[in-house]
Amino acid sequence: MREIPAAAITAAVAELAVNACCRLPDDVRAAICRARDTEPSPVGRGILEQLEENAAIAAAETIPLCQDTGLAVIFADIGQDVHIVGGDFTEAVNAGVRRGYAEGYLRKSSVAEPLFERRNTGDNTPAVIHVRIVPGDGIRLRLAPKGAGSENKSVLQMLVPADGMEGVRAVVLGAVEAAGPSSCPPMVVGVGIGGTMELACLLAKRAAARDLGSRNADARYAALERELLEMLNKTGIGPQGLGGSTTALAVHVEWAPTHIASLPVAVNINCHAARHAEALL
Amino acid sequence: MSAPQPRRIRAPFDDATARSLRAGERVLISGVLLAARDAAHKRLVALLEAGAPLPVDLDGQVVYYVGPSPARPGRVIGSAGPTTAGRMDAYTPRLLDAGLRGMIGKGYRSPRVVDAMVAHGAPYLAAIGGAGALIARSIRSYTVLAWPELGPEALAAMEVEDFPAIVVIDSMGNDQYALGQRPYRRL
Repeated sequence: MREIPAAAITAAVAELAVNACCRLPDDVRAAICRARDTEPSPVGRGILEQLEENAAIAAAETIPLCQDTGLAVIFADIGQDVHIVGGDFTEAVNAGVRRGYAEGYLRKSSVAEPLFERRNTGDNTPAVIHVRIVPGDGIRLRLAPKGAGSENKSVLQMLVPADGMEGVRAVVLGAVEAAGPSSCPPMVVGVGIGGTMELACLLAKRAAARDLGSRNADARYAALERELLEMLNKTGIGPQGLGGSTTALAVHVEWAPTHIASLPVAVNINCHAARHAEALL
Repeated sequence: MSAPQPRRIRAPFDDATARSLRAGERVLISGVLLAARDAAHKRLVALLEAGAPLPVDLDGQVVYYVGPSPARPGRVIGSAGPTTAGRMDAYTPRLLDAGLRGMIGKGYRSPRVVDAMVAHGAPYLAAIGGAGALIARSIRSYTVLAWPELGPEALAAMEVEDFPAIVVIDSMGNDQYALGQRPYRRL
């Protein structure tokens, strides 16, 4: 059993929030840079150059890449041999969000209740927390702030087995075409296949938050990722939807066992500022 | 193939400016923009429906759909890129009726909004979504006009200098999203 103080979780989350919102991850920056070299549209190339310039300004001045610094989505893999002391885990994470979003001058975009009053909580809490209990005595925290421009274009479809590969392609294509410029392309597209309704959505979210350049461990799904990326880059949507061949920087697929009668497909889109930051405690 | 230099224009728009902008044209805007998004739109339309005075005269105004991040000390504004315009579609025709003359955001507009734009000779422009740090450099001041309790959703006036944008839907209804995408579509 290893003890980890709640205050360490708070400090880590606060730092992750600022870093994720103000520093474009190296993997995303490299993908945008590569896209600039291959994009045939002059307008598209110009936009990709401005995204690189935007990232440089944000990093130099520690201001957010995008004003929508999102809801704080946190993936926590907690070792089963960890004992959190000096506070409870959820409150420690929320205290970190509160501190990071205040000290980093990040936008507070959380409303306390969705339908009637929609009053801003003022500190961007509560975080959206996804916990897995894993072997070991450490905690891995991955923070992926999620803006609404892309999140609002998420799709879940409960396909049936007969829909097969064609069905999956159609769901992904339909989601991206409906999103178009609203999701700030070039996008990173997360696809969750299988499981139940809620698991497919979580798989899609985890897929969207993966590092660019990572591939599914199963060669068949890795090939599907490449195929879907090629398909999306033939839509013509291009950077900012103004036309071109860089509609997506990456497609990530995650899958899970599912019911004999089901083929759930979820799509979660990330904008070009595919923000993520990670810490190990 | 090199793109022509962007055209410099002033905001608020006069009739000639609003009608002369063409889909695909890059512009640098100087002058004053209104900043408003979902909540401020809802309140503006509620006032119009009630026949009550607005906090600002909309005649000729250009609205930027933005909810900026907070300014660091000594700064005018934080990050300030565009938000999705389509969420304002329910309110936009009413504001165009009241004198609004241009909009800046990102994303597709509904046919009903495009019809109202054509009827009023008002263009829709896009700023680069997710380039809020870059765009903030062209913003010289940010003054809340009404509803400070809405935080980033307050109605505000922004002085801008060489604010970069591209005309997406012009006052004749030409749509650069459709025109720009077609040559690259290979499905």
